[in-house]
Amino acid sequence: MAVKVISPGLSATVQDLGRPGYYHLGIPLSGGMDRFALRVANMLVGNDEGAAVLEAVFMGPELEFTTPATVAVTGGDLPPKLNGEDCAGWEAFPVKAGDRLSFGFLKSGARAYIAVSGGIDVPVKLGSRSTYTLGALGGHEGRALKAGDELAVGAGGAGKGSVPENLRRLPGNPAELRMLPGLYWHRITAEAGKRFFADTWKVAPEADRIGYRFKGGTALDFVPREQPFGAGSNPSNIVDACYPYGSIQVPGGTEPIVLHRDAVSGGGYMMVGCVISADMDLIGQLQPHSPARFVEVTMDQALAARHDRQAALARVRAHLGL
Amino acid sequence: MAQIQSPLPGTFYRSSAPDKPPFKADGDPVAMGDVIGLIEVMKSFHEVRSEVAGTNIRFVTDNEDPVMAGAVLAEVD
Repeated sequence: MAVKVISPGLSATVQDLGRPGYYHLGIPLSGGMDRFALRVANMLVGNDEGAAVLEAVFMGPELEFTTPATVAVTGGDLPPKLNGEDCAGWEAFPVKAGDRLSFGFLKSGARAYIAVSGGIDVPVKLGSRSTYTLGALGGHEGRALKAGDELAVGAGGAGKGSVPENLRRLPGNPAELRMLPGLYWHRITAEAGKRFFADTWKVAPEADRIGYRFKGGTALDFVPREQPFGAGSNPSNIVDACYPYGSIQVPGGTEPIVLHRDAVSGGGYMMVGCVISADMDLIGQLQPHSPARFVEVTMDQALAARHDRQAALARVRAHLGL
Repeated sequence: MAQIQSPLPGTFYRSSAPDKPPFKADGDPVAMGDVIGLIEVMKSFHEVRSEVAGTNIRFVTDNEDPVMAGAVLAEVD
């Protein structure tokens, strides 16, 4: 055993890059909400980028190490403290047996990634160590961590330095979430479509790993239709369809919900489009009440953004000499 | 004077339900461990407990206000 949970914070889970390949069976991707930060945390402690780490949301856990290791904390600005002394985020530091890692108040962002050299060694379930709490699958006993839990860690090596601010990626204010209008865009009026992009929305407090709900924008006006066989009576209802990762559904036309890593895979709400994969990490760093806008892009722009994100990771690897 | 800070970002509530009286009124005494409010985030409510004791609490954040982590909710003398 190498990491003991003294207190779990609000919700800390074991996550890796996720569990793709089972969404058609209703088992979501899971994995880190900010996979850029997750990858960098692993790079800093000399792990494979897809090793399992701890994801903490809004409030840090308190952990005790029972064996020496190298640790790094990335993601939102949740200031780490080693034995009560401030230490830097986005930087590898050694810990000794008996050392305690705790955190100050969250300053910005929403989620921190705590990587330990060797990776968190929980059983692999359907190809991943990620926790899917709703399905009680993966991670540590399929659930968020509790006080008294002990986590095994693999064999690890030395730290790789630090990552400066200009190589990190966090959302702006307001966050700009690029999206491709989708299959059901035709259900809303042209004027409603313009307002959707013009409005500044705010993250609702209930936003979580399943979906991020946004409030404060204008309700959508729908194009009149004859209710299709199999669809609900609300104009936002459709005949049940698959829900892609990143899809934006608007139940009742009022509050858009972006489906994230632990989302359901299908249902009967129309989707106005999808947030592009390059910007899903940014959503994982949004606090309740923080402002966000949706920005329309084309498929070519979405693919260029994906390349930019891969280039940003390549710059971090080059900086760390990996 | 001591400050009681919110451990979480979310929405601050001073009572357990809309039709219930607040946990504490301005001027009330506070014991260590007393619940002074709730923070709503991620579909659940989290109690905020005082880590200090005092004879006079004054709220500086209003009911249903959005708060950041570390926001001062109340001051205690």
